[in-house]
Amino acid sequence: MSVSVGTLVSHRKKPADAARAVRSEPALVRWTVVAIAILFLFVFLVLPLATVFQQAFSRGLGAYLAALAQPDALAAIQLTLMVAAISVALNLVFGLIAAWAIAKFDFPGKSVLITLIDLPFSVSPVISGLVFILLFGAQGFFGRWMQDHDIQIIFALPGIVLATVLVTFPFVARELIPLMQEQGTQEEEAAISLGASGLQTFFRVTLPNVKWALLYGVLLCNARAMGEFGAVSVVSGHVRGETNTMPLHVEILYNEYQFAAAFAVASLLALLALVTLVLKAVLERRLDAE
Amino acid sequence: MKIDVSHVTKQFGSFAALAGVDLEIKSGELVALLGPSGSGKTTLLRIIAGLEWPDEGQVFFDGTDALARSVRERHVGFVFQHYALFRHLTVFENVAFGLRVKPRRRRPDEAKIRAKVHELLDLVQLRPLAERHPNQLSGGQRQRIALARALAIEPSVLLLDEPFGALDAKVRKELRRWLRHLHESINVTSVFVTHDQEEALEVADRVVVMDKGRIEQVGTPEEVYERPATSFVHDFIGESVVIPVSVADGALHFGGGRLALDSQGVHTGDARLFVRPADIHVGPPDDAPLKGTVKRVHGIGSARRLEIDLVPAYSIEIDASGTGATPGDLIGLTPNRYRVFAVGA
Amino acid sequence: MKYGMPTLRPSVIPGFGITLGLTLTWLALIVLIPLSGLFIKTAELSFDQFWAIVSSRRTLNALKISFGLSLAAAVINLVFGALVVWALVRYEFPFKRLFDALIDIPFALPTAVAGISLTTLFAENGLLGAALAPLGIKVAFTPLGILVALVFIGLPFVVRTVQPVLLDLEAELEEAAATLGASRLQTITRVILPSILPALLTGFALAFARAVGEYGSVIFIAGNLPNVSEIAPLLIIIRLEEFKYADATAIAMVMLIASFAILFAVNRLQRWSEQRSRDA
Repeated sequence: MSVSVGTLVSHRKKPADAARAVRSEPALVRWTVVAIAILFLFVFLVLPLATVFQQAFSRGLGAYLAALAQPDALAAIQLTLMVAAISVALNLVFGLIAAWAIAKFDFPGKSVLITLIDLPFSVSPVISGLVFILLFGAQGFFGRWMQDHDIQIIFALPGIVLATVLVTFPFVARELIPLMQEQGTQEEEAAISLGASGLQTFFRVTLPNVKWALLYGVLLCNARAMGEFGAVSVVSGHVRGETNTMPLHVEILYNEYQFAAAFAVASLLALLALVTLVLKAVLERRLDAE
Repeated sequence: MKIDVSHVTKQFGSFAALAGVDLEIKSGELVALLGPSGSGKTTLLRIIAGLEWPDEGQVFFDGTDALARSVRERHVGFVFQHYALFRHLTVFENVAFGLRVKPRRRRPDEAKIRAKVHELLDLVQLRPLAERHPNQLSGGQRQRIALARALAIEPSVLLLDEPFGALDAKVRKELRRWLRHLHESINVTSVFVTHDQEEALEVADRVVVMDKGRIEQVGTPEEVYERPATSFVHDFIGESVVIPVSVADGALHFGGGRLALDSQGVHTGDARLFVRPADIHVGPPDDAPLKGTVKRVHGIGSARRLEIDLVPAYSIEIDASGTGATPGDLIGLTPNRYRVFAVGA
Repeated sequence: MKYGMPTLRPSVIPGFGITLGLTLTWLALIVLIPLSGLFIKTAELSFDQFWAIVSSRRTLNALKISFGLSLAAAVINLVFGALVVWALVRYEFPFKRLFDALIDIPFALPTAVAGISLTTLFAENGLLGAALAPLGIKVAFTPLGILVALVFIGLPFVVRTVQPVLLDLEAELEEAAATLGASRLQTITRVILPSILPALLTGFALAFARAVGEYGSVIFIAGNLPNVSEIAPLLIIIRLEEFKYADATAIAMVMLIASFAILFAVNRLQRWSEQRSRDA
C-alpha cells in the first residue's frame, strides 16, 4: 500500500446508523409504524376476541356451563355439527372430483370453470340464502310442487345444508386445483404405465400428494360451515331447538338480553376459530416444507 | 477516481467475510475481483459502494473518507447480477430514475433528462426499446439497461456485481467484450466481481484473486496466470497438476525418491508441486524426474489426454497431444515449468 | 399459462368425462341454477317495477350505506393494512408471530360472534365505547358502528395479499434506488409502493367486495335504523320477511351485479400483477 493512511484521516464524521442501513428507516419512523400497527391489531383483533371469553365467564363458570347445557343450546350444537359434517363431506368429494378434471386434463373454458367455482366467494351470504327461497320457498319456482308432495326444504335441515354448501363451495377445490396443476400428470402417467387402474392411481398416487392441501381446505371449509350466519339465517326459519344452528342461537340469546349465555355459546365458536388458526399454522408449515 | 481500501474486516455472525483487506485501485482502471463463492469479493464491492459497512478499516475515494458518506452520497454506479430494474417503469424511466430523484435545485430539466437518457440508450445501443418495460427485454438487454441506468448519474466509480452471471454463455462473451470497449470509451474507474476466471482474465486490467476473505494476489492477467503467488492462485486460475512432495536437504522428494527438480527455496517439510498440464513433457522413462504407467487415453487430436499412474501410487491427468503413448506404456514425465509451494502457502 | 391450446389432448389418465361431468352437474345444481333463479325472478319484473324498487328512498339509502361504508372500510384497511404488513415484514417487535397469526381471526371467527363482541366492546358501557363517549363519539348503533364491523371483517384481505409480495420484493431494487441517489422516502414512494400496488389494490377490492355483502357482524352493532344505519343485505331480509319477494330480488340483483364487477376487477388486477412479476 502506497497510501499513508494517517495523512488522509481528516475530521471524520460517520453517517448516522440510519443512513448506513440502506434498507431501513429512522428509529422514530420504525417505532411509530410498529406502534400504530400494534394498536390497530389490538383494537380490532385482540380486544374483540378477548371480549368473547370475558363476557362468557362474566357470570361465573356455573352460569357458563348451565348456558351450554340448555336443551336449545345442545340442539343447536348438534345441528351445527350435523350441517357441517354433511357440507364438508359434499364439498370434499366435489373438490377432489373438480380438481382431478381441471388439473389433470386440458380443455377449453377451463379458466371460466375455475372462475365459476370461485363465484360463491363474491356473493353476499344473504343472497346465497335468498336464492334457495326463490327456488323452494312457498312462492318459489318449485314451491307449489313441493307442497303437493309434502317435501320441506326451506326452514328445515335440507335448506340449511344447501345454503351452507353454496357458501363453502370453493374452499376445498381452490386449495387443490393450483397444487395439482403444479404437480402435473407425470406421476399419474407413470402409475398407469405400471398397470394401476384409475382409482388405484388416484388413491395411491394423487391423494397422498395433496393430503395436506386437502386437510387445509377441509379445515377452512369446516370453520365457515359451522360459523355461517347470513345464508343460514335466511333459510332456517329460526325454530328453536329445531332449525337453529349455533350462530343463530347466539343471535336469539343476545336479542333476548341473555348476554352471558349468548357469549357462552359464542365462546365455543371462538374456540373453534382459534383451533382452526392453530391447525392452519401447522398445516401451512407442512405445505411449505413440501 | 482512485480507491484505497485499508485493513477492511467484515464479520457476518461467526463467518469472517473479509479478514483485513488492503487494496489500491488506480484511477480509470478496470479491476476484477475474482474468487470462489464465500471469498468475500461481493462483500468488498458492497463496502466500496456503501451498501455494507466494514467492522474495521477504511475506504478512501481520492483520499477522502468514503465511509463518512452514505450510499446515496457516494455517486457510485452499481450494477446488480439480476439487473434490479424497476419493473413498473419503462426502459426510459429506469434510466432517468437517478436524474429524477436528485434534489430539486440540482435536478436537470425535462429536456436535459430526455437528452441524457437518449445519449445513454445510444451508448448501450438500445434506443429503440425506450418505451418497453423490463419484462419485454432479453437478459442481455436488461443488463445493458441496468448499466445505462447506473451511468446516468455520472458515477465516479462503476461497480458491477457478477454482471454477466445470469446470462447464457454466448451473450456473456459478447457482453464482456462490449464492457471492455465501453470502459475504454468512458474510462471511469470500474470494479467488477466474478467467479469466472476467463471473464476476469479477458476483461480486466488487473485481477484481484480472493479466497476466504483475504487477497491472495493482485496483478495483471498475465501475472496471475504465469506467476501465481500462492498455491490457491495456481490451483484456481487455469488447470494444474498437483503432486504432493516433500522438501529435504534443499531438494524435492516424491514417493521416497529424490527428484531432479529445484525446491525453489521452499523450506524443509511437506510441499506441493504445481504444473500446468501442458507444461509436462512426455518422453522415455530413462532420465525423467517422474515416471508412470499410462492407464487410459481419452480424446483425440489436441484434446488428447493421458491418465497416468505415477510410480509409486498417485494418479494425474495431463495433455498429451503430441505423444503416441498407449495404455500400459511406462513413460517419463519432465515438468518444463513448475512451482513448488509449501503446504499451507 | 401452461394451457396454450384450447384442444383436448389425448391422455392416458382416465376419468376425464365422468369427473368433468360430475363437476359441471354439481356446479349447476348448487351454484348456477340457484343464482340464475335470481335472474329469472328479476326478469319477471318490468323495468319500471325494478326501477321503482331500486330507486325508492329506503333502498337507495341502504345501497348507499352498504357501498359507501364498505368503500370507507376498504380505504381504512388499505392504509392500516399496508402499515401492518410493513411492520410484520420489515420490523421486529414483541409477539410479532402471535399478531401475524391473529390476522386471520376475521376469516375464522363466525360473523355473529364478531358482531356481538364488537357491539359489547363499543357500546356506551363497553370498554372502548366508554372511553370514546366523553369525546362525544358514539360508535355502537350508529353508521360508525357499521364501519367498525366492516373494517374488522375486511382486515385480513389487504394484509394477506400484500404480505407475500413484500416478502418477495428483491432487496436489490431498494439498493439500486439508493445507489442512484434516491432518499429513503423516494425509494418507498417511487420503487416499493409501485411494486406492491397491484397487490394493494387487489386486497382493497377483496375487502370492499366482502364488506358490501357482509351481514352477520354488522346487524348487531348497526342499530338498523331505516335510511340511517340499515345495510342492503338486511333490507333484503326485511323484504323477505314481509313476503315482498320482488323487492328482495331486485336489491339482491343490484348487489350481485356489483359483486361481479368487483370480481372482474380483481381478476384483471391479478393478471396485471402476475404479468408484472414475471421476472424483470
